[in-house]
Amino acid sequence: MPSSNQLTATDARSSQAPGIIKWVRANLFSNWFNSILTITLIPAVAYILFIVFRWVFISADWSAVTSQPLLFGVGQFPRDQIWRVGISLLSIMFLIGVSWGKWGGLLRSIGIFATLLFFGFAILPFQHEDLSIPIFTIASTVMTIRFFLGLISLFIIIGNFIGRLEAVSKRLIIIGWFVTPIITVILLSGFDNSELLPSITTTLWGGLLVTFLLAFGGIILSFPIGVALALGRRSKLPVVSAFSTIFIEMVRGVPLVTILFMFSFIINLVLPPSAIPERIVRALMAMTLFSAAYTAENIRGGLQAVPPGQMEAAKAVGMSGFQTMFFIVLPQALRAILPAIVGQFISLFKDTTLVVIVGINDFLGIGRSIINSTPEFLQLQLEVYVFIAIIYMIFSFLMSLASRKLEDALGVGER
Amino acid sequence: MASIKSSPDQNASIPFYRDERWLQSAAQIISAILIIGFLIYIIINFFIAADNRGLNLGFSFITEAAGFPISESIIEYDPSMSFGRAFLVGVVNTLRVSLLGIVAATILGASVALARLSQNWLLSRMALLYVEFHRNIPLLVLLYLWYFTVFSQFPNVQDSSELSRSIYFTQRGIYMIWPRLTETGGIFLIAVFVGIFGALFFWISLRRRREITGQQTYYIQVSLSVLIILPVIGWFLADGNPLWIDVPQFQRFNFEGGMRLTPEFMGIFIGLVTYTASFIAEVVRAGIQAVDRGQIEAAKAVGLNSLQILNLIIIPQALRIIIPPMISQYLNLTKNSSLAMVIGYQELFGLAKIAINNAGRAVQIFVMVMLTYLFFSLLTSTILNIYNRRIQFITR
Amino acid sequence: MSRKIFTLLAVLTLFAVVIVACGDSNGDTETEAAVDTEPETEPETEPETEPETEPETEPEVVTGSHADILGRVLERGTLICGGRTDLAGFGSLDGERNVGFDIDLCRAVAAAVLGDADAIEIVPLTAADRGPSLQTAEVDLLSRNVTWTASRDVQWGNFTIVMFYDGQGFMVTKASGITSTDQFDGATVCVTSGTTTEQNLADFFRQNGMTFEAVVFEETAAVYSAYEEGRCDITTSDRSQLESVRNGFASPDDHIILDDIISKEPLTPAVPHGDDAWFDIVKVVMFALINAEELGVTQANVEEMLASDNINIRRLLGVEGDWGFTDLGLDSDALANAIAAVGNYGEIYDRNLGPNAVITLPRGLNELWSNGGLIYAPPVK
Repeated sequence: MPSSNQLTATDARSSQAPGIIKWVRANLFSNWFNSILTITLIPAVAYILFIVFRWVFISADWSAVTSQPLLFGVGQFPRDQIWRVGISLLSIMFLIGVSWGKWGGLLRSIGIFATLLFFGFAILPFQHEDLSIPIFTIASTVMTIRFFLGLISLFIIIGNFIGRLEAVSKRLIIIGWFVTPIITVILLSGFDNSELLPSITTTLWGGLLVTFLLAFGGIILSFPIGVALALGRRSKLPVVSAFSTIFIEMVRGVPLVTILFMFSFIINLVLPPSAIPERIVRALMAMTLFSAAYTAENIRGGLQAVPPGQMEAAKAVGMSGFQTMFFIVLPQALRAILPAIVGQFISLFKDTTLVVIVGINDFLGIGRSIINSTPEFLQLQLEVYVFIAIIYMIFSFLMSLASRKLEDALGVGER
Repeated sequence: MASIKSSPDQNASIPFYRDERWLQSAAQIISAILIIGFLIYIIINFFIAADNRGLNLGFSFITEAAGFPISESIIEYDPSMSFGRAFLVGVVNTLRVSLLGIVAATILGASVALARLSQNWLLSRMALLYVEFHRNIPLLVLLYLWYFTVFSQFPNVQDSSELSRSIYFTQRGIYMIWPRLTETGGIFLIAVFVGIFGALFFWISLRRRREITGQQTYYIQVSLSVLIILPVIGWFLADGNPLWIDVPQFQRFNFEGGMRLTPEFMGIFIGLVTYTASFIAEVVRAGIQAVDRGQIEAAKAVGLNSLQILNLIIIPQALRIIIPPMISQYLNLTKNSSLAMVIGYQELFGLAKIAINNAGRAVQIFVMVMLTYLFFSLLTSTILNIYNRRIQFITR
Repeated sequence: MSRKIFTLLAVLTLFAVVIVACGDSNGDTETEAAVDTEPETEPETEPETEPETEPETEPEVVTGSHADILGRVLERGTLICGGRTDLAGFGSLDGERNVGFDIDLCRAVAAAVLGDADAIEIVPLTAADRGPSLQTAEVDLLSRNVTWTASRDVQWGNFTIVMFYDGQGFMVTKASGITSTDQFDGATVCVTSGTTTEQNLADFFRQNGMTFEAVVFEETAAVYSAYEEGRCDITTSDRSQLESVRNGFASPDDHIILDDIISKEPLTPAVPHGDDAWFDIVKVVMFALINAEELGVTQANVEEMLASDNINIRRLLGVEGDWGFTDLGLDSDALANAIAAVGNYGEIYDRNLGPNAVITLPRGLNELWSNGGLIYAPPVK
């Protein structure tokens, strides 16, 4: 991967040689084989593009997709409590803005993209009743979703300026990043018997909200377990190493759907009825354990890549085993495997779609529910699936872009 | 680690909680107790729950009639056959799509990798687009798209029946003429297999002899002639023509005869292949690019042609890097085949789900499914790991 | 050296992390406590009961585990129903709201028990989930067009009263030229997996000595879209579903629903085993919905009917004597609340399956018994 990036980079540089004709000759018609290839490919590409464009803009009927946009976003989350999702989104986006101001680089791209995305929502050319659902009312002014989304883009930019201030330390922002997800979960789930934050059962959560919850929740929770398993597998204690190995290999040996299925059925049998968690939590547990086994293998690879001399040197300067592991070995290992972790995250993000098989209405599940809820939409399956595919592609493409930038920034794998 | 052992007299002076050996065994015992305790807790709870709900934990249902239809099977099956048989059908269907898929995905993946490395800008960009598209789309969505937008949009079966061809692309599947063995064709088949294995044997053994002794052993010629001559002998040994051509004929509803690939199979097969190929392409590309450029230049300098460079310099070195990630891609493909049920191809997991609905023996069926997948995974990784170890050894 | 100890610590934290992870995202501290306390008591008592003969111990244990669903519902303040979000007319999504025939039955129970029809939580269940969700009493009421069969009654839970009579039928394409079931031999059939439908289909063909090729999907949408594209000659499902789906097709006239009905599909709400009082409550609510239609009590006139001089109506609405509400632990106006919230059976039917609904099904067998149908309920007295 890394060496390939360098290669493409040099390719790109040489291709910027003066003269478009020169470029065309070098890259499209360098020899007779290439010329034939180019000549046959151009009409093929043009034809495919033509078909796709004609379908998207003329023959496709997007009414199933546009009928209930909010359902795709948050599922059945009560509409009068929608401000809780709004505030969560706002705070996360604000943090992205602040981090963008502080660090720039990759976060800059994310920040700009998010700003444009939310601004785009705010000025979306079509009117839909979902977009004018009030989020909250301040001084008898109704704040609609459309307006709120625009506000988010403003907050990202404000955050950017705040992040540039010296007074805002990096540590503060990092604390913010740790605290926000916890606050978000509390904000979304609420408390029993609370006036301000009545508890909202997770069966009502759906759409992108659940997709992101499962993906981020899965990766965050699986990380410590993955580290523990990786260390356990490398441990010299046979019992620990055996159990870790067995766990990792068993989880990696079966498909994710079987694990999801196990957690949705078998867990009912191995826990007392009162201790059975909610369905989404069960799915999250399954995703976490699944992801942990893969993360563990990635981390193990990273640990192996740390030269033993590093450990010996740490010992020589009198560090304890704990210190060696935490300050010398793990940081280096994690840096080496960061791209792999991001790759793991992308595949986890895509794998969240499998929860529809156990009946959870994630983004794909909502799409299926919408298709099924009106007989006329049965014919619009293609449009719905294409829409879903595009959304997943946008997010995971952004993530892989991010991972590539991260690789470059960290100089991972440079030999 | 072992070299830094504390001597016994030192040992006496330090308290037990600083004694490394004591701590080690304590740690092991505690972790073992915790893990085993956790397992026992789960198992006890399981039996209590099973008892409460009157679950039948026996395996006798395996011989009972399954009662549900299965859409396609290469071994004989009908609803009056047993659950065990249905399970077997699932295993065979999983293996069928996985094995074919692995072969096809390797070929496609390698081609995409080569396209990606092509000097032609358009071709390499298209390969990149292919890779990015498939890496960023959830497989489940990709399967829906393949099945509902490609394979169910083929021409209607009644319309295509009017054309007489050797291959038909219809909504009900792809039908093509196919050679089949006659009753006396068995000996021909045996001859073909003997030919293949004989050729392999000569190839490997003669080639090794050449490597060891340096003598020309004509291994290519010998194995090729074995491969051709034995089937020819078999053809004449068979009484009459050993093969007959099965031509698809349109019947009342569908075509009959010939070789048929159902849209469901094609959907999962093409979906898995195109998806996995994008990952394999990246693996192969990384492997090829990892080969030192200097080596290729050196090979050119000593006068090897480009085929020889590929064969003798690039592939052996790239394989070392490619094989481990390739193993995990193959396993991923096999495991991903469990999504086939959403587009109607019934493999192990899909059939297990149906069986759970019908027989209600969730736990037993589940254990069987998990163990089957686990078995295949471990088997594959063991075999490929052995192969991998050999390759690594030879090239160093 | 001490790295190993660290390793040990790491592995130990694994369990802590798992437990914290569950407890945390659950937002519910009770579960954790339950994990700790339950096993201590149960393993000790259980082995003693085991050697006894099964039929004797079983009901006791089951009663112990799912007893007092009413108490649980009242304490929680919501009624948890197993439902679905993907079948128009029976259970689907309209914006954030769950709507449908099955959902309205659930709302009626919530209105009777809690006085608030919106105090429901619909857990979307896959076909395979239905049995386990009842067995573990994860749901208080399963109202997800479940066919009542003998084996399910034994294994899953208690089935209340048939609220929708259905039967499995066939839809064929005109292009296939099929006009009756005896021409089915060799045809391709699209069917949903994991339901009674699939088995009925296999039985039907076996019984009649015909062969068929099955195309099996998990999801109803996939079945019908494959069928409509021409993948199959025949599709089979409950008649009600076939009717509704055909109306959504691009050209409904190209498809014929055959008159043959090959199975009985009594769709019935069910409750977990082991709580008779709860079973009775749900049944009484269902009876009331049907009786209300028979007696002419509607959502609109339920208020004025309180003053009606018809003794049966007065009794139903709880203004004349006790029909048993005190024994069941309900308020006297429980049934009046249910009717006020969702209307009587006919109104529920019309709202979801009537002429102006998303899908329209003629009432047929689901007319009241007095109108020639099968809908009949014991009197509420």
